[in-house]
Amino acid sequence: MADIKTGGLIGQSVKRTEDLRFITGRGRYTDDIARRHQLHAAMVRATVAHAKIKSVDTRAALAAPGVVAVYTGADMAADKVGGLPCGWVVKNRDGSGQAEPAHPALQAERVRYVGDHVAVVIAETKAQARAAAELVSVDYEELPAVVDCRAALASGAPQVHAEAAGNQCFDWELGDAGAVQAAFAKAAHVVRLDLRNNRLIANAMEPRSCIGDYDSSTGEHTLITASQNPHVVRLLLAAFVFGIPEHKFRVIAPDVGGGFGSKIYPYPEDVIVLWAARKLGRPVKWTATRSEAFISDAQGRDHYSHVELALDKDANFLGLKVDTIANLGSYLSTFAAAVPTYLYGTLLAGTYRTPAIYVNVKGVFTHTAPVDAYRGAGRPEATFVVERIVEQAARQLKIDPAELRRRNFIPVDAFPYQTPVALMYDTGNYHATLDSGLKLADYAGFPARRAEAAKRGKLRGIGISTYIEACGIAPSAVAGALGARAGLFEAATIRINPTGSVTVLTGSHSHGQGHETTFAQVVAEMLGIPMASVEVVHGDTGKIPFGMGTYGSRSLAVGGAAIVNATRKIISKGRRIAAHLLEASADDVDFEGGRYVVRGTDRAKAFGEVAFAAYVPHNFPHETEEPGLEETAFYDPKNFTYPSGAHICEVEIDPDTGVTHIVRFTAADDFGQIINPMVVEGQVHGGLVQGIGQALHENCVYDDAGQLLTGSFMDYGMPRADDVPSFNVTTECTPCTHNPLGVKGCGEAGAIGAPPAVINAVLDALAPVGVTDITMPATPHAVWSAIQAARSHKVA
Amino acid sequence: MTIPIDLSVNGKAVHLEVSAATLLVEALREHLELTGTHVGCDTSQCGACTVHVDGRSVKSCTMLAVQAASTQVVTIEGLGTPEALHPMQAAFREHHGLQCGFCTPGMIMSAVDLLQRNPNPSEAEVRAGLEGNICRCTGYHNIVAAVLDCARRMQAAPQQERAHG
Repeated sequence: MADIKTGGLIGQSVKRTEDLRFITGRGRYTDDIARRHQLHAAMVRATVAHAKIKSVDTRAALAAPGVVAVYTGADMAADKVGGLPCGWVVKNRDGSGQAEPAHPALQAERVRYVGDHVAVVIAETKAQARAAAELVSVDYEELPAVVDCRAALASGAPQVHAEAAGNQCFDWELGDAGAVQAAFAKAAHVVRLDLRNNRLIANAMEPRSCIGDYDSSTGEHTLITASQNPHVVRLLLAAFVFGIPEHKFRVIAPDVGGGFGSKIYPYPEDVIVLWAARKLGRPVKWTATRSEAFISDAQGRDHYSHVELALDKDANFLGLKVDTIANLGSYLSTFAAAVPTYLYGTLLAGTYRTPAIYVNVKGVFTHTAPVDAYRGAGRPEATFVVERIVEQAARQLKIDPAELRRRNFIPVDAFPYQTPVALMYDTGNYHATLDSGLKLADYAGFPARRAEAAKRGKLRGIGISTYIEACGIAPSAVAGALGARAGLFEAATIRINPTGSVTVLTGSHSHGQGHETTFAQVVAEMLGIPMASVEVVHGDTGKIPFGMGTYGSRSLAVGGAAIVNATRKIISKGRRIAAHLLEASADDVDFEGGRYVVRGTDRAKAFGEVAFAAYVPHNFPHETEEPGLEETAFYDPKNFTYPSGAHICEVEIDPDTGVTHIVRFTAADDFGQIINPMVVEGQVHGGLVQGIGQALHENCVYDDAGQLLTGSFMDYGMPRADDVPSFNVTTECTPCTHNPLGVKGCGEAGAIGAPPAVINAVLDALAPVGVTDITMPATPHAVWSAIQAARSHKVA
Repeated sequence: MTIPIDLSVNGKAVHLEVSAATLLVEALREHLELTGTHVGCDTSQCGACTVHVDGRSVKSCTMLAVQAASTQVVTIEGLGTPEALHPMQAAFREHHGLQCGFCTPGMIMSAVDLLQRNPNPSEAEVRAGLEGNICRCTGYHNIVAAVLDCARRMQAAPQQERAHG
């Protein structure tokens, strides 16, 4: 129940605590850390997408200056180091399990993508390691490769793994196929689309980096790594890869420079540096160059879908049928199977009361980098499918797209609402966000703006998307039933120090989200103490309770709830101590404004006095209470949270150049209660630009041989400051009903809502010239070519 | 073989022995342990490594350390301190112009240089001026707001600008 109300610090745009170190250059990212006597690793990577390794000649590298060791896949296999595990597996339509081929950190026999790991060179300096890596000679027997997931399913396609016949990892379904068939049989209208969700690269600005260390005197392993979830990394590496007990394994994720999903997973380099450190008895450090990041970070999206929507004569949605082929890349990354299934198919109801939905997803191996969660993770792909087909229906049936959405929204009085694709939405008000978004975007004034633009020779268009997310991942029992191999709770410890300051230990991890501020706001408000008295600690398994980390917009909804519950335990114990000090019954003591007050009297003890009494327990209720004031809570959510909203994009296209200019972008979101509006708006802005990037700029492209063509910031269209507009953002609030803060999460909304809003706007702009479809990214070349094709089609 | 160089870093005289191939950013991060200057790419595209050399912004991954001999280099650590922030650092905090903080030092150094060249820029000029610095977190909205506000404040208080200039 959402019972922590806004007021005081909660709901205030408090400036961020963590900023001071970042703006003065005092942040401490992994590559900033130097361990005494550390060595440096450089990877020898596959230069071809598919080949047998005939031999690896390390002699020249071993003889190079500063080189301490060169290890190959054969060395790693000899040491019986396990492969990287998959964290979530799904079932095929026939009930059998998915294919789960092994993923060794270093390959001994075969490479499966350009960038795959063949050997590691370890030297005294980074420059020596990198130079010597060039001297490792690998003799390959090259084999044919396949990079397109549709081509990979064709008969006779090159095989990525022997364990996955026809390159199919899984053939998964959700929904009632019979009900959908019946819906289409009685439909007055059927709308069809073939959609491409383009492959993306997360490109957090901090390249991945890790340092392995091993102390043979204590047996303690330490891995410092740029990770979003240090405990998960420790769990997976300890249990599946190294077989070492967790009390001898510490994982530290210090300041981390962005993640967006790409730093959720343990990577081969994490395994390699720790293994090498143990062999050499010295710390081993590796930091990716950006070029390495492009070829070896887990990538995102890469779907092809066929979508059909059935409507009755009044344009009510009757049924939705989706067939998707999802590229998983070469090896199963940690959540590769979950993202295009349970984080995708379950979201296909969107904001609508479509009664029948069926989705089939084929997950396919190809000779490309592994594909996993990238900001939104399945939900942007689902939203793109739903919002493109709805817009297409509006266009085909000549109904205002806002009106068609309103007609089919889940009504406000229908919550909680059970969708036909497994989820139970707790709250929402899709009319409210759409109405406020349209008002802020001056939707009514658009026709005049379009006419004015036309006078200047410009094509102006407006596009809407309304989205739903499932965030606050996740109820562990539900996730477990669906194939997750880990729990998805969160943990927090509130440690009250003897003089009343507070240390908050959270299993959530901040890599830009501002937890050090937001979490402190919550605790300071609850305890009635200044924020300056609260320190938030995260990112070190040696300090914090077992937590699951940050992804899926879960930190406040799940991690924040754990913090609230632990703080409540503190307040409750403090009340019993205060009652003793005040010689009153605990039932008569209220906690308000940082003071325990005997109800109806002026007798009171400040929180700090109670804390001091807990640690200097001279006058203390020893018979019923233990000394000290420290509490831990583990919170497992009862349901997902369901942020939603309406994004409205207005574009102007120059038909002569094909350049799309976003003239106005409006986001009206419902994130439930908001702790820090400034931080939330920042999250929305960042997500929107990643979504706009997907729609207009970004595209990860391999050639047919599996070489990455977009392998640098010169080739991959990262949005820059002059590519994007400033934003109009606003929020509506229907509080989440099942967590104490009433929060829903906001980190992924922009990346989910923006792509269909942008593409719908582009297609609206291009409709007068006869363009009916465009594939992301709608680059100037793509737009210009579409205009030319439409014109020549008209002439013909 | 190493080459001796003398330069000024953040107002202090520094003597370094570097190889001919050592980049300025490597000299700063690895020799001088000034890790506030970051490396975000290897093609001089992202701007995370931006520092000032003789008062102008330079991508320090694109300059050899030996080329910085006899110059005055200022890094983010020398721009302001937690106790006495440069107005641009303060503006980034005030406007939430940073999230993960990784691009921030380079972004701030570029923004300071931008205002030195154009003290009263339009929004479009700020966006064009920061085109060489990539941020993946903020969507640029609040960075642009920070730079515009800093420009206004520095115009209103030119003495302060000189004190930090």
